[in-house]
Amino acid sequence: MDYQFLWRPVFKALPELVDAAFLTMQVSIISMIIGLSIGLLLSFGRRSKYFIPRTLSTIWVELARNTPVLFQIFFFYWGLGEFGIFLSSYVAVVTALSFNTAGYMAETFRGGFNAISNTQLQASRSLGMSFLQTQRYIIIPQVLRVVYYPMTNQFIWVILMSSLGMLAGLRELTGETQYFNSRTFRTFEFFAATAVIYYIIAKLVMIAARLLGWKIFKGGKT
Amino acid sequence: MIELKNIHKSFGDLKVLKGIDLKVKNKEVLSVIGASGSGKSTMLYCINGLEPIQGGSISVDGVVVNDKATDLNKLRQKIGMVFQQWNSFPHLTALENVALAPRVVKGLSKNEAKEIAAKQLAHVGIGDKLDVYPSALSGGQQQRLAIARALAMEPKYMLFDEATSALDPELVGEVLDTMRMLASEGMTMIVVTHEMGFARDVSDRVAFFHEGRVEEIGPAKTVLSSPKSEYLQKFLAKVH
Ligand SMILES: Nc1ncnc2c1ncn2[C@@H]1O[C@H](COP(=O)(O)OP(=O)(O)OP(=O)(O)O)[C@@H](O)[C@H]1O
Ligand SMILES: [Mg+2]
Repeated sequence: MDYQFLWRPVFKALPELVDAAFLTMQVSIISMIIGLSIGLLLSFGRRSKYFIPRTLSTIWVELARNTPVLFQIFFFYWGLGEFGIFLSSYVAVVTALSFNTAGYMAETFRGGFNAISNTQLQASRSLGMSFLQTQRYIIIPQVLRVVYYPMTNQFIWVILMSSLGMLAGLRELTGETQYFNSRTFRTFEFFAATAVIYYIIAKLVMIAARLLGWKIFKGGKT
Repeated sequence: MIELKNIHKSFGDLKVLKGIDLKVKNKEVLSVIGASGSGKSTMLYCINGLEPIQGGSISVDGVVVNDKATDLNKLRQKIGMVFQQWNSFPHLTALENVALAPRVVKGLSKNEAKEIAAKQLAHVGIGDKLDVYPSALSGGQQQRLAIARALAMEPKYMLFDEATSALDPELVGEVLDTMRMLASEGMTMIVVTHEMGFARDVSDRVAFFHEGRVEEIGPAKTVLSSPKSEYLQKFLAKVH
C-alpha cells in the first residue's frame, strides 16, 4: 500500500459539498411533495369507477415501479428531446423522481385506504358528516398513520436515488463529489466523505421522522 | 314519525327488500327480528340514506329520504345509528370521538362540543374515560361510546343494528341497559336485535322480517308469545 491519504482537499471543498448536499435535499423534498400529491390522486384514480382515470393511473404506477430509475431520469432529460421538449437537469431529475415516487406512493396509499374499514365511513356519514369532512377528519388521518413509515422510507430512498441525477448533469452531492474527484484525484477521500454525509442525512431524517411520528401518533393505534 | 311505504331494494340482481311497509311513531320502540339475510340491516341503512332504494318511499318527519333534493347530511343529524361493529374512531380519544360531529357538522365551538361530549359520555356511564383511546376500552365500553357519539347530535331517532351481537356475553348487559335507559327517556328507536328478552320487555312492537318482507308485526308480547306466522314460530323455536 503506497497510497497516501490526503484529506486536505476534502476539507477545502467541504463548503461546496455541504451546498451540494442542500441541493440534494431540495431536489428530494420537492420531488417528495409532488410525488406524494400525485400518488394520492393516482390512488383515487386506481379505485375510480371510470375507465380512463383507472387505466391512466394503472399505467403510471406500472411504469414507475417496473422500470429503472436511471432510465426514468434519462427519459425526462434526453427522451423528451424527440418531442422538442428540453428540460434542464434540475427539472428532469425532479420530474423523474416525482414520477417514481408517485407510482410507489400510490400503491402505499391504496393499501392505506384499504386498511380503513368501510364501517368507519358509514359511522361518520351516519353522524351527518359530508364526504369531504369524513375524508378530512376520519379517513385521511388514519391513512396517514398507515402510510407514515413507508413514506419515510420512500423519502430516504429518494435522497439516495437523487445521486443518479449526476448522470443527467446535476451537481447535487454526488455530482459535486465527482467534480472534485476529477480535479484532485483524491477519489477515496472524496467518496468516503460523501458517503458519510449521505449516511448522516439519512439517519437524521430517520430520527426526525421517528420523533415526529411519535409526537403526532402518540395516541390511539389503528 | 318514520314511514316506509312499499320499499324495494336490491344489490345488483339480489332482491333484498321486497315491499316493506312500516310506521314508527314518536317515542315508540320497535324491535326488528328475523333470520340472517332477511334484510334487517339493509332496511336501517335505507332509512338514513346510507343505501339508496329502487322503489317506494321513506319519509322521516315528512322529509322524503329517497328524494334527490333532500339534504341527507342534515337529515342524518336527526337519526343516530349504532352498528354491530364497534366503529369508534381509533385515532381520537373518547371525548374527541363524541365531540367531533357536533363541532364540524353543527358548527359548535370546541368547548361547547366538549361539554356536550362529556355530558353524553357520563350519561352512558363512561364519564371517567374521556381521554382514553378506543383501543383501551372494552367492547361494551366502545359500544356505549358509539351510543354517546350518536346522542351528542341530539337525534330524534336512534337506529340500532345488532348493537350487542359482536360482544362477549358478559358485556352485553351493560349495553342493553344503556339502550333501556334511552327507551325509558322516550327516545324513538328501531332496534334490530337477536335479544328476545330485550324485544319483549323494552319494545312496544316487534316486527318479524322474512326474506325481505314484514311477515308479522304487532305488540311485542303478542308477537313473541303467540306468533301467527309459521316462519316466526320456527324462528322463535330456534332462538329460545
Ligand atoms: N353491500 C352489499 N352488497 C351486496 N349484497 C349485500 C350488501 N349488504 C347486504 N347484502 C345482502 O343482502 C341480504 C340482506 O342482508 P342484511 O345485512 O340486510 O341482512 P340481515 O337481516 O341484517 O342479516 P344479519 O342478521 O346476518 O345481520 C344478504 O343476502 C346480504 O348478503
Ligand atoms: Mg344485519
